[in-house]
Amino acid sequence: MDFLNAIVALSNYVIVPGIAYGSQLALGALGVTLIYGILRFSNFAHGDTMAFGAMVTILVTWWMQSVGISLGPLPTALLALPFGILATMALLLATDRLVYRFYREQKAKPVILVIVSMGVMFIMNGLVRFIIGPNDQKFLDGERFIISAREFKALTGLKEGLAIKTTQGLTVVTAVVVVILLFWFLNRTRTGKSMRAYSDNEDLALLSGINPERVVMYTWLIVAALATIAGTLYGLDKTFKPFTYFQLLLPIFASAIVGGLGNPLGAIAGGFVIAFSEVTITYAWKKVARYLLPENLEPDSLVQLLSTDYKFAVSFVILLIVLLFKPTGLFKGKSV
Amino acid sequence: MNDTVKNIALFGLVAALIAITGFMQSWNSALLIINLGLISSIMAIGVNLQWGFAGLFNIGIMGFVALGGLAAVLVSMPPTTEAWAAGGFGVVTGLLLGAATVVAAIMVMKRMQPGRVRVITMLVILIGGFFVFRAVFDPAVESVEKVDPAITGYLGGLGLNILVAWPVGGLFAAGAAWLIGKTALGLRSDYLAIATLGIAEIIIAILKNEDWLSRGVKNVIGIPRPLPYEIDLQKDADFVETAAGLGFDPVMASTLYVKIGYGALFLAVLLLVLLLSQLALKSPWGRMMRAIRDNEVAAEAMGKDVTRRHLQIFVIGSAICGIAGAMMTTLDGQLTPGTYQPLRFTFLIWVMVIVGGSGNNFGAVLGGMLIWFLWVQVEPMGLFVMQVITSGMAEGSALKTHLIESAAHMRLLTMGVVLLMVLRFSPRGLIPEK
Repeated sequence: MDFLNAIVALSNYVIVPGIAYGSQLALGALGVTLIYGILRFSNFAHGDTMAFGAMVTILVTWWMQSVGISLGPLPTALLALPFGILATMALLLATDRLVYRFYREQKAKPVILVIVSMGVMFIMNGLVRFIIGPNDQKFLDGERFIISAREFKALTGLKEGLAIKTTQGLTVVTAVVVVILLFWFLNRTRTGKSMRAYSDNEDLALLSGINPERVVMYTWLIVAALATIAGTLYGLDKTFKPFTYFQLLLPIFASAIVGGLGNPLGAIAGGFVIAFSEVTITYAWKKVARYLLPENLEPDSLVQLLSTDYKFAVSFVILLIVLLFKPTGLFKGKSV
Repeated sequence: MNDTVKNIALFGLVAALIAITGFMQSWNSALLIINLGLISSIMAIGVNLQWGFAGLFNIGIMGFVALGGLAAVLVSMPPTTEAWAAGGFGVVTGLLLGAATVVAAIMVMKRMQPGRVRVITMLVILIGGFFVFRAVFDPAVESVEKVDPAITGYLGGLGLNILVAWPVGGLFAAGAAWLIGKTALGLRSDYLAIATLGIAEIIIAILKNEDWLSRGVKNVIGIPRPLPYEIDLQKDADFVETAAGLGFDPVMASTLYVKIGYGALFLAVLLLVLLLSQLALKSPWGRMMRAIRDNEVAAEAMGKDVTRRHLQIFVIGSAICGIAGAMMTTLDGQLTPGTYQPLRFTFLIWVMVIVGGSGNNFGAVLGGMLIWFLWVQVEPMGLFVMQVITSGMAEGSALKTHLIESAAHMRLLTMGVVLLMVLRFSPRGLIPEK
């Protein structure tokens, strides 16, 4: 029985990665949920929007690295992030102007908008592959660890190490800041309040003189910022590959639906629910069990419930369970 | 110009495009486009049944197609007797135990009173069942995968004729569709979309990882063919003589012969599916489907069982995709789970349906052929455009190399533009629903 070591091992392999992944999913799901709340359709192009934002950030980062601008211990990508956000904002506003607005004026059915977003997804996906190619890209620099396993062991004298990557710390801090800013904006500012009013009841909001085009514009701007931040953080923490961003769609939608589509608080909760379930179910518990169980009970297998390749199955099953038992999600979301 | 003339002209246009490919490039590539175009058309009909007839939004086509491919392996490959002896019993028992667990849990949920006792019983059954399943299943799988892993390492198939696999692929897909439909139909359209997207990813993950079933990413190659191999034809004296009589050299003649043979098989299936779908569309059943699509509430008030009808058409449409998937694996002669990409197998089919004209079976066929032609030909065209654009640039400049290398990604961009253009300017497609 070695409780401390078990906790450290658990934190190292489950809690820390889970929190970081959860924050990334939450940021992505916030974007999906905002679009759903205001524009009332599921945006399938969201994963590729994230990829686009991350791509611009990467390109600017490379340029900065080549001219020698850096942030010291922090990744240069943080400096490049605003440029990525601006470019994504421009892209999304242009998309809205050229594509989505037409259908909004027509009052097209949501499912038509979903198909339209599929077309946008194709274009964005093609654009990203066209500009940066379909391969893995590295753009992380600065310190790799806030605390590495070796330092932690030396510091505490424990057998088990705890490593926290800079990107993981950064992800959580950024996510917290972004979420605070977002909620402040939605709850305190005039524009934010008009957005929430529009999302709650479109007709009533129009009657009160809220300009729908303005609300939609602000939504796209916020979504662009959220998507770029989420995409860049994911790329820093794991790796940037256009296809993985497309695959993120499933866990992101699962997070948004589990939390309740259209509900920002739900999106955050959903992100963490999905992330922690994925990590705990695909983690091999042998190490933790070894510290907790008496020696004769030690497992010989890995005690892994599912292989990591099935992590999609996990988000999917949770999604199904929530849909079957609580169709509006954990927090009360919309249903059309 | 009336509709029939217009439609014939559209099909004629596609035929002309393919004929140009034949003259400009080679007849082999033209025939390849036709063969895969025929398969794509069948998939498009399947999706058209779901979307065009019933308004169901299925974006898990890739999964059903892959299940069809799995059927081709399980039906036609010879069984690995050693592997069956080593772990076949364990694998089957394990799977049965797993299924029994799920059935038991569902029974408990249906029969017991709601409450804490029910939840606990269900959890006990599910968690206990999972561990029993793993305890039986894992060692069996390990011993199966140990049998000559470089060549087999899986249970193999039944060793039947590959053509049997086509309807079996349909059955596999239908089974999966029934399971998804049971849970996700009746929920909102977005939810069905996400659910199907998820199940497709899971099916691909299973094909990639369950080596005992499909050899995973090691791929199954050498799947038996319904037609003779080119190399055997070239050795056949009669064939060589006939070819020479027609003025072909044997290599050319044999490749064309095999491709035309596949084309004829696929065309037969396409015509059958098309005929049945047309009959269904014109029958009272088809009219009821469209009535449900256009106004669910009114149809329900008329006493139509909307959820049941949706389930029915969802299963039928998915089965057609499964058949097409088995046909495609037959044409490839191998199952490579790594090549299943949602953009190619799900969203491209959607582009076909929308561009062709949702709700019209002929539209689906036209869309299938036309979009497949574009998908294949945009790459060389993109390369050509890029060469023209960059012709003024300095030789070896970074931009020029990048542009020419990226030409391959033009096809996604083109498909997106085509889809958006059609949705905007001709939302009912090239051949609209009547």
